[in-house]
Amino acid sequence: MTGKLTIMDYPLAEKRPDLVRTRGGKKLEDLTLAAVEAGEVALEDLRITPDALRQQAEIARAAGRPTLARNFERAAELVDVPQDVILRIYELLRPGRAKGKADLLEAAQLLRGTYKAEGMARFVEEAAAVYERRGLFSKRF
Amino acid sequence: MPDKPQGAPQIKVNRWRRFADWDERPLRLDKFAVEDAAAGFAAFSSPNDPKPGLEIESGKVKSMDGIAAADFDMIDLFIATHHLDLEVAPEAMAIPSHEIARMLVDMNVPRAKLVRLAHGMTPAKLAEVVAELNALEIAFAYSKMRARHTPGNQGHVTNAKDDPLQLAADAATAVAFGFDEIETTMRVARNAWSNAVACAVGAAIGRWGTLFQCSSEEAEELQIGMAGFTSYAETVSVYGTERAFIDGDDTPWSKAFLSTAYASRGIKMRCTSGAGSELLMGFHESKSLLYLEARCLCLQRGMGVQGTQNGGIDGAPVTCTIPGGVRELMAENLLAVWLDLECASGNDARPTESEIRVGAKILPYLIAGSDLICSGFGSILKYDNSFNPSLMNGEELEDFLVLQRDFEADGGLTPVGETEILDLRSRAVQAIAAVFEELGLSQPTADMMASVVAASGSEETRSYAPRDVSFISEAIKQRGINVIDVIRALARRGYRTEAQNLLNVVKLRVTGDYLQTSAIVRNGRIISAVNDPNEYLGPGTGYRLSGERRDRLMNIRDVLDRDEVLRNEARHAKTETRLIQYRTMGAAEPGKDPKEVLIGISPAFGLKIFRTLGGHPLSAVLDALISGIRAKGGTPRIVRLRHTADTSFLGLSAARLAGSGIGIGIQAKGTAVIHQRDRLPHHNLELFSNAPITTLEHYRRFGENAAAYAMGETPEPVVVPTKGQALGARFHAQVALIYAIETGLTEDGAAPEDVEIRLAEAVQ
Repeated sequence: MTGKLTIMDYPLAEKRPDLVRTRGGKKLEDLTLAAVEAGEVALEDLRITPDALRQQAEIARAAGRPTLARNFERAAELVDVPQDVILRIYELLRPGRAKGKADLLEAAQLLRGTYKAEGMARFVEEAAAVYERRGLFSKRF
Repeated sequence: MPDKPQGAPQIKVNRWRRFADWDERPLRLDKFAVEDAAAGFAAFSSPNDPKPGLEIESGKVKSMDGIAAADFDMIDLFIATHHLDLEVAPEAMAIPSHEIARMLVDMNVPRAKLVRLAHGMTPAKLAEVVAELNALEIAFAYSKMRARHTPGNQGHVTNAKDDPLQLAADAATAVAFGFDEIETTMRVARNAWSNAVACAVGAAIGRWGTLFQCSSEEAEELQIGMAGFTSYAETVSVYGTERAFIDGDDTPWSKAFLSTAYASRGIKMRCTSGAGSELLMGFHESKSLLYLEARCLCLQRGMGVQGTQNGGIDGAPVTCTIPGGVRELMAENLLAVWLDLECASGNDARPTESEIRVGAKILPYLIAGSDLICSGFGSILKYDNSFNPSLMNGEELEDFLVLQRDFEADGGLTPVGETEILDLRSRAVQAIAAVFEELGLSQPTADMMASVVAASGSEETRSYAPRDVSFISEAIKQRGINVIDVIRALARRGYRTEAQNLLNVVKLRVTGDYLQTSAIVRNGRIISAVNDPNEYLGPGTGYRLSGERRDRLMNIRDVLDRDEVLRNEARHAKTETRLIQYRTMGAAEPGKDPKEVLIGISPAFGLKIFRTLGGHPLSAVLDALISGIRAKGGTPRIVRLRHTADTSFLGLSAARLAGSGIGIGIQAKGTAVIHQRDRLPHHNLELFSNAPITTLEHYRRFGENAAAYAMGETPEPVVVPTKGQALGARFHAQVALIYAIETGLTEDGAAPEDVEIRLAEAVQ
């Protein structure tokens, strides 16, 4: 990443199609109806990529929206995290689900270790500290 | 009570019956609550609201809004960590609130400058600033501060049977009316997948670009999004107190995680919050609605979501029971856009049974514009709305279109003609039926399809019932059918345009352009706060209707024009010429007969115009007047006046020529006057000003009275009873067009002419 995208590069689909690649390396112009019919394009090819999210983060930051940019950057880390893992961690973050701080720290470690999701891991660790302080590990019925 | 005056008769009346009338008005179904801050019923401020304040020590928040960092609850913690920009905060917090309030309504202060300040402000400070503004100032500030330049709108598409045929037809209809986003939900939760497929297909009819969401249980909603059917989500609710949050089974971190998960799947997402939710959940901490919502919004910005759906939402009805509640809803929407969030500005759950309160509620948003004016507008009938009725619904959609035209304001919707709608609805049910057949899900009959195309609502359809739908829905889920399967099915069955439209929406997620703030699709292009920013700086800037857009908004149905009025008259001309003949007999001389009553007819009477606004043929009107005059022993004479078309002068001129000094003046549209020779022009004896409700019997009695005046009597004036109809609204356009025809025939100085008429027997 060059880190040089500005609001002039937006929308990418119009202004910078050269930057756009699908997960399988296809270009935007390859995603035609004919290709879908021929079975050359699957749902997998229509997913967002970590690169696209980082590019959108740069644009958001250039547009003066740093918190939105940080969310896109965290999202870039989650692209390759499987759906069931995401739903499991979401569930764990809900009140009273984790029995103690260790459960959340373990989830953070999974994100960091297996999926290289450093920002997301720190976010879960931050939650663990807050939950401990606010007594959210107490069992709910 | 004051002292009882001596000798006054006692009046035994126990109620002014107007109160009984008022009891019957829909308004009285609304309940209102007293202001009670301790019980959470306070809109803008409560004694329990903290005072704004911020202490920063070595780059860390030491206290916020009077609460020491050590005592922060998890909402304070999240805001202090993720929302507050500590570089801006000292500057922003130091500016007096009334000064910032003035900047919000100062057209010379750019939006960007205010957005920067908001990022350094605490919830209590933000709330204190907007509380300084009155309702008009809030609306103006909202217009200036909203993120995207072009306004938009969102609609609900649901029905009481979860019928996929109707969902497809109604989605296509909503798309045609211009909704930028449509949202569905279910009566029966397990029908979510069927709803999703039906609306996704329906939204691909006609044009592409309407974003679609299926509101369901959090995990399932994300799965439906992953399968590619939906393109946005807005059910991620946040709350302004810690207890409400926990009771809602979430925390700021769990909701932020979910928001990030949506972005990682390339799905547009906004949060939901709004006044009244904490109150309804019973955890309001005796704080004002506005302060709690300020917390919610700072939280959302901190989470890094692009936008919010706020302005009461499910809490709007309770908020509207509180003094200042509606103004508070406007104020919290302003907070959202000031914080630079996309705002789907409520105007959602119907907060009143009063149509006046409905109209008043929507107006500021319509004229200010909003990213999504409603969130959403019930595009279907009230009883079909599975979210609950909206502020505006299918019943009232045309009212909204007319409001756009009245105020030349873009509410995001566009009038559509009957034929076009019928074509789109037919195409939609055929397309979803083809998809169902192609995927082996179901085979709807032609009768089911026809009943849906014609139906205004689900009570009129002979189609799927919720149980039938659940089998379809379960099959879609179990077999893992995704949007690519649906696109292929459409293409295989010849719906290539729709297949391409649906593919285009799914392709949006590849680049994620539509994840930026306030993104929608217009004419196949993404517009958002990034490439279509609101840069209002006073008159001549900001969003204005283009000529082309204005033409479309003005084009509502059934609009009168001059040609149409003339065509109508020409139709009546044919019948009238069979019933009455007018013969001009030359210049009219003053009459000598003391019993003579003159009828002065207007220039176009019976020549260009043939019916009154009440729909009576002029032959019958003349016959009624003549019979009335004769019945009282008067002698009628008809004169055509060509120098004027004004009722008063028609009457006065006729009176001056009449042997009795009494004349009737009548315009072709039916307005009539009885006049007397020596009176001032506008001081007549009797007047029929409401032609549309004037009957032939009234005209006959009018003739009788004119003759009675001629005999020197003082008859009881004929009063045409009105029920208070807005006759001006119903008739004035037509009146103005018809009257122009009359005045067009007047000629200065043209002499009155005697006219002989011959009436066919059919008239008498």
